[in-house]
Amino acid sequence: MSMFFDLLGGLLLVCGAAFLLFGGLGLVRMPDLFNRIQAGTKATTLGTLLTLAGVVCLRPEWGFKLLLIGLFILFTNPISSQVLARAAHRSGTKMSDKTCVDKLEEDFGEKP
Amino acid sequence: MKKAQDFALLFATLLLFWLLLNGSVAVDVVLVGIGVALLIPFLFRDSLAVFSELRVTPQALMAALAYAVYFVKELINANIRLARIVLSPSLPVEPGIVKVRTRLKSKMGRLLLANSITLTPGTLTVELDDEWLYVHWVKVESADVEAATTSIVAGFEQYLEVMYG
Amino acid sequence: MAEVFIYIAAAIVGVALLLALYRFVKGPSDADRVVAFDVLTIISISAIVLAAFVEGRGIYLDVALVYALLSFLGVIAVARYLERGF
Repeated sequence: MSMFFDLLGGLLLVCGAAFLLFGGLGLVRMPDLFNRIQAGTKATTLGTLLTLAGVVCLRPEWGFKLLLIGLFILFTNPISSQVLARAAHRSGTKMSDKTCVDKLEEDFGEKP
Repeated sequence: MKKAQDFALLFATLLLFWLLLNGSVAVDVVLVGIGVALLIPFLFRDSLAVFSELRVTPQALMAALAYAVYFVKELINANIRLARIVLSPSLPVEPGIVKVRTRLKSKMGRLLLANSITLTPGTLTVELDDEWLYVHWVKVESADVEAATTSIVAGFEQYLEVMYG
Repeated sequence: MAEVFIYIAAAIVGVALLLALYRFVKGPSDADRVVAFDVLTIISISAIVLAAFVEGRGIYLDVALVYALLSFLGVIAVARYLERGF
């Protein structure tokens, strides 16, 4: 049984690390700030959660604290990316040439 | 009455977090926890209204459970799609900011909706303006308000509506 | 058995950190750097948790938690500044 949890935990760890890597890769490759925020937050949220789950499998006695870290990340990560995206849009960050529509710009125009 | 309920809810949440953080129920730990968990709701007593918007009925609990399952599924789905975009050499993005409308009235419901949108396939909430949400979309499927609402908001809204109204 | 996986995971996390660091150094705008910083912290939290496991020291988890808390506050503060700043 412990063999099974060892294997599961290890796999979760590697999967989590892989998603963190995709997050970093997205951060480097994406054409503009908003896409970078998307790649950065989504991939790293799941990556961290999977890593934490992996450690829970290997060290069940740390479960409570890891759960707390996971919950915290799950709630704060989207908020910080939202706030960043809003700030960036308000301060007039350039969007990529591939952008096809910007309803926010149309409705609010230039923000002071 | 309502205020007392909000107070009790925040107190219980804070105490639970404190105990989880400490991982023990020794007398001194619990006493300090009770003290702090009483002080914080007292300091913020005027802005606790967001907590009482959550409904506590069997249907709401079922909806919360279904919401959690749906959320996890969408989160994994989002990441696989994103990984595919990032790994493909041509980088197939077609970004834009679209406008969607929500039927949710409560602040907490809207906050959860905005958070969920941010963590799910290719979408990121940029601005909230009453019932309108401005969402950045990595691959815009439709700039039309109605169509975008169906494909981005509807999935979460059906559960959150039961939970918060 | 688990050790092999942990070293693989740690190596991948290291590469992810380098990628985020590249964006942090290159920019080009301040907002890009803040995003990179945010991602760096979240990846670091995973790295700290891995370190805690390898060293077998649970106290590192508290470090990770406080780190998450501070980085969240920091990002919010900088975003506030960006909104009003220029």
